Amino acid sequence: MSQRPMLLKGGRVVDPSQGLDDHVDVLLTEGKVSKIGIDLPRPEGTEDVDCEGTVIVPGLIDVHVHLREPGGEHKETIATGARAAAAGGFTAVCAMPNTDPVIDSPATVGFVAAAGREAGSARVYPVGALSIGQKGERLTEIGELVEAGAVAITDDGRPVMDSGLMRLALEYAQAFDIPVADHPEDLGLSRNGVMNEGVVSARLGLAGKPNASEDVHILRDLLVAELTGGHIHIQHVSTRQGIDAIRQAKARGVRVTAEATPHHLLLTDDAVDGYRTDAKMNPPLRSDADRDAVRAGFLDGTLDTLATDHAPHHYDEKEQAFDDAPFGIVGLETVVGLILTHLVHTGEMELSTFVERASVQPARAFRLQGGTLVEGGVADVTVLDLDRTWTVDPSRFLSRSRNTPFTGWELRGGPVRTVVGGRTIWTLTGGPRS
Amino acid sequence: MSEPARPLGKDLIGLEDLSADQIRTILDTAEPFKEISERRIKKVPVLRGQTIVNLFMEPSTRTRISFEFAEKRLSADTVNISSTGSSVQKGETLVDTARNLEAMKIDMVVIRHWASGAARFLAERIPSNVVNAGDGSHEHPTQALLDLLTLRDHLGDLTGRRVCVVGDILHSRVARSNIWGLLKLGAEVGVCGPRTLLPRGIESFGVEVFSRIEDAIEWADALNILRLQLERMQGGFVPSLREYNRVYGVSTARLEKAPRDVLILHPGPMNRGVEIDSDVADGPQSVILKQVTNGVAVRMAVLYLLAGGAPERAEAAKRRGMGG
Repeated sequence: MSQRPMLLKGGRVVDPSQGLDDHVDVLLTEGKVSKIGIDLPRPEGTEDVDCEGTVIVPGLIDVHVHLREPGGEHKETIATGARAAAAGGFTAVCAMPNTDPVIDSPATVGFVAAAGREAGSARVYPVGALSIGQKGERLTEIGELVEAGAVAITDDGRPVMDSGLMRLALEYAQAFDIPVADHPEDLGLSRNGVMNEGVVSARLGLAGKPNASEDVHILRDLLVAELTGGHIHIQHVSTRQGIDAIRQAKARGVRVTAEATPHHLLLTDDAVDGYRTDAKMNPPLRSDADRDAVRAGFLDGTLDTLATDHAPHHYDEKEQAFDDAPFGIVGLETVVGLILTHLVHTGEMELSTFVERASVQPARAFRLQGGTLVEGGVADVTVLDLDRTWTVDPSRFLSRSRNTPFTGWELRGGPVRTVVGGRTIWTLTGGPRS
Repeated sequence: MSEPARPLGKDLIGLEDLSADQIRTILDTAEPFKEISERRIKKVPVLRGQTIVNLFMEPSTRTRISFEFAEKRLSADTVNISSTGSSVQKGETLVDTARNLEAMKIDMVVIRHWASGAARFLAERIPSNVVNAGDGSHEHPTQALLDLLTLRDHLGDLTGRRVCVVGDILHSRVARSNIWGLLKLGAEVGVCGPRTLLPRGIESFGVEVFSRIEDAIEWADALNILRLQLERMQGGFVPSLREYNRVYGVSTARLEKAPRDVLILHPGPMNRGVEIDSDVADGPQSVILKQVTNGVAVRMAVLYLLAGGAPERAEAAKRRGMGG
């Protein structure tokens, strides 16, 4: 399908993939970035987009979201999730396979990919299960999953307890040049924990997961990646010891990439006080020292990828006793404002570093198109207004779920336009567009 | 119409939320109520016309009966709901149970629930008064209040007194409520148990931690000995009941080495020969049955105060009932 060329005019373009931070125009034609510069030629029928006062960046990519379809459509669907992503400034997301049924066959991978295309919003990349049924026993047909569109494998949500299986995955996946993503958690150490083990859990009388439950598997994953030469992608790192271990492993050349989530960057287990189920997630919110370490790791690049672990749940499911409520919070529609407000505007993080963590590096880690505005690349673009102020109001989410601990937070900065393949899929003023 | 004074607020969820003055108010209010249970006609009309629901989502005998006596002796109308044979078993959520009760126009709910935070969850969602009768491993405030009343009866002012809670602190709501209550009243608090059953970070509560019972006994003026739940053995927290008794059991032989008479409390039900030996439970330093008696008075005081009763009028309220 041919579409009108689009000229993004008058904005500040920040693209760390080519060391660019300048006031230039961006011309998108035929779904590609065709030209960046000033006084660009303007093809017949070009749509002009006034970007004065805004920042144009390569489309943001979230490599860790749960879109719940198939099986959990009351929480989210691939279509609502893709639209929520667009409204959060994301041009692409990677959908975790822990659905019902699990995404562990070429047919189910194909289903997710097709439903994503049909949604016609942010790109949806399927992630396949590491083991059949995510049971942690036998590898899936990884080659066939990749052929059907999977961009990574993981048993996210069900930790890989068998270290031998993790070894096989890290070896076998190398032929297909995909990362093995892991939710690091030793279930023996986390037992029946529902929050961080610490002073708050002791007070509330809730069972805790100690840092060690995460650290033991981070260390294992790093060692097995080192042994095999495979690429391990460690999800949602939340502990100071885990970050130290990743930093050391990177220094000695282990192929590891790692995520930081907005909630582990900004919150501690104090947020659970009062048995707030919207602060219940896995890994749990941890101590001040851990939160500070996540920040330091995110700033220095040890945690190279920003990911939300968007985990929608129906309000009935969260409206329960803390023990009964499911783990997880939504993240797609709040993360940009949260990071701009609390890391960029405070001067802790350069804007270009934010773009590196939220676009350039996710694309690199998962070998996805995008993550750059180089000429000839795919026309996935996010336009940000760094100064617009807004208040987090879950009733306005495009996601089907509302489970966020950030309700009522006053934020400065957010997306105003999301462009995928040269087509605007969302604008702040117009809502979702088809 | 002016709102009734509420010295405790709307609910009693935990002692962590109360001030020392509020705790003293409850204990002082319990004093006049003690006597009602000694009469031939054990009833005063203080809560006449009030409807109280006892919502017990976890098995309980002692606490439920104690609340029921307290309610009946204050002339409230009571309804008991337990998890078996009710809509709860049919999958009704706590929110829906609460809303249905509310729709039947009740005044108070006494809730026992296996989940930590359940009492607070309910209290935030219904306008009725909510009394926590034990929520998971969180708090069991009326148990701690009756422990405090019993300790006060025997030791007087608790300032500087040393009380050690012994056993499974990790899973115990009784332990948490006792720790807060005792600290607020100025007592020194110890905890003693196998490290597997002590929460990490317990020191930050401001308590002494003992891993050997002999040290705890030497230190304490009173021991509050918790029941060792059988599940803890199945969960692997302690290797066997025999070993637990050998290492942590409170025996006469151990108590005889103490530099002073140590008062013995136990919230019940006891595992004789496990955490406490029979000669200790039945011995002269045991105040275990006095705890049970005080339990009714403390719960009467809590219900009275939550219903808007003025602490200074508890004595008069009691006398008003003299005629039957």
